[in-house]
Amino acid sequence: MVNLLEVKDLRTLFHTPEGTVYAVNGISFHIDEGETLAVVGESGCGKSVSMLSILQLITIPPGEIAGGSALYRGQDLITKTEKEMEEIRGQEIAMIFQDPMTSLNPVLTIGRQITESLRTHKQMDQHAAEKRAIELLDMVGISDPEHRLGDYPHQFSGGMRQRVMIAMALACGPSLLIADEPTTALDVTIQAQIVELVTRIRNQVHMAVIWITHDLGVVAGIADRVLVMYAGYIVETAKVADLYENPRHPYTGALLEALPRVDRRRDRRLKSIPGAPPSLLMEPLGCPFANRCEYVIERCKDSNPPLTPVDKDDHSIACWVDVRTGIPR
Amino acid sequence: MPEKSTKIAILTPDELETPPLSLTQLAWRRFKRHRPAMIGLVVLSLLVIYALGGSIFLSEKFANFNDTSQRLLTPTIDHPFGTDSIGRDVLARTIYGGQISLLIGLTAVVVETILGILVGALAGFYGGIVDNILMRITEAMLNIPEIFLLIVMAKYFGGKIPELDLFGRTFSGSVVVIVLIIGLTSWMYLARIVRAQFLSLKENEFVLAARATGTPNIDIIFRHILPNSVAPIVVSATLGVANAILAEAYISFLGLGVQPPTATWGNMLDGANNYLESAPWLWFFPGLLILLTVLSINFLGDGLRDALDPRSRTV
Repeated sequence: MVNLLEVKDLRTLFHTPEGTVYAVNGISFHIDEGETLAVVGESGCGKSVSMLSILQLITIPPGEIAGGSALYRGQDLITKTEKEMEEIRGQEIAMIFQDPMTSLNPVLTIGRQITESLRTHKQMDQHAAEKRAIELLDMVGISDPEHRLGDYPHQFSGGMRQRVMIAMALACGPSLLIADEPTTALDVTIQAQIVELVTRIRNQVHMAVIWITHDLGVVAGIADRVLVMYAGYIVETAKVADLYENPRHPYTGALLEALPRVDRRRDRRLKSIPGAPPSLLMEPLGCPFANRCEYVIERCKDSNPPLTPVDKDDHSIACWVDVRTGIPR
Repeated sequence: MPEKSTKIAILTPDELETPPLSLTQLAWRRFKRHRPAMIGLVVLSLLVIYALGGSIFLSEKFANFNDTSQRLLTPTIDHPFGTDSIGRDVLARTIYGGQISLLIGLTAVVVETILGILVGALAGFYGGIVDNILMRITEAMLNIPEIFLLIVMAKYFGGKIPELDLFGRTFSGSVVVIVLIIGLTSWMYLARIVRAQFLSLKENEFVLAARATGTPNIDIIFRHILPNSVAPIVVSATLGVANAILAEAYISFLGLGVQPPTATWGNMLDGANNYLESAPWLWFFPGLLILLTVLSINFLGDGLRDALDPRSRTV
């Protein structure tokens, strides 16, 4: 298969009055056509910022993309101009956001918001664009789409608005959809519907999906491959089944331990990870997870392990220790 | 009351269900509750009818016809508002003057609003150096007293434009000059309001979402953010009409505004200051009309402010 998007050594900084925030510190990953990649990690670990950087959507200043490349079908997105990016966004790579309550413009009808990108990118006339918008709304499961085109966002519920957002994102038939925690603001039953919807559409139109989340339950249901991020680094990447069965990074292991499971005894307490993530105001000298890690060795304190392959099957970790034996690898 | 109960009983569910109200309908509902604003709207409508409808009965030629033998007549049946110092009919002149005054008020606000939106939107959206340059210019303009700017510009540009024909009427070229001058000296407050709106609105997630679908900046500014800041702009523009009418009155009173024979409420006052006591009808009628117009527009603006405020929950 062909790499649809290949990100290499991407670095994003924010220059704030408190100092420079190292939000993304040289991450590299790739995604194939039609593949679903989940990006997990706790709040502030750089999941959203790395994706926004790829689309050049971070505010500059205070933000700065300090280095790296993002090759989309062989073209580097990082060096493109704003005009060129307008052609990419929406048409090639679309993005949906966390909070459907604020992601739609409150004073424009949803019909207008969906047809807008069709008219700018595909040069459709109003009539054709409206026809397409009705198809899209129907595809994302909005009943009576003809009559709802003229409705305003406040006339929709949260789950419905997220469906509208998805319809907007899909309007121009992108090859890659970046979903930034699209289910976080919704309740559980609606979450399941949205996950199911995106999976169905992905299979229909053979679109690649990057799904940002901190919900490992959702990941298992949707993803082919997983990236685990911590403090602006990718610490582990693996096929989804491999990751759950055989986590090789101490952080991934700890995350999975912290997850409630139906097949475990109920009186067992969930394990938490002691401590807090490091401040991003300075580049860590050693491994960013070192001071919370139960496998920590001397080497972790002064040398940050690079992401290196272990075993087969695309499984890579950034750790000096083999967690299965507890000895350095 | 048996009649009433049967009436309720025969309502079908369809009739009971109220269709969702659009934002405009909600605003209109709130506006109707605002008594001073409704009075303002009625008075203003009457004034517009007076200025436009009056021209059906009295010709402009009559308004500009001077007969020095008929000068400074007290109000009578022939001249209900009296005549001025060169014998023109004051009633007819307030009608044609009203048209010009209202026209100047409206068009000056169009100029003001376009300038204010452009400056404010660009400064607020782009920020940084664009914001710095535009806002320093705005502040510099604000630092010069407006009346001073008006007088200097009126003196400098006045009388340089020939007469022009519009709608079958001949306007003194000074009307256009006055409109531009008033527009050019009053956009600063609106620019600041629009800038503040843009600064806060551009941080909204829907702006990010629009950018993520590849919407060009120009569309984000004018099609996404601007419609969200319509309420304060409408309010400010409404009040701007009142200010423009007053500004026209100032400079015309000083003899620098619209040049006779074209009448405006402002330049009618110009001639009146020599006859404050001997011919009070000269200043009373145009003055009263200016007062009523400005007052009702201010009430109207006040009502619009309440009606368009999304936080006001009263329906």
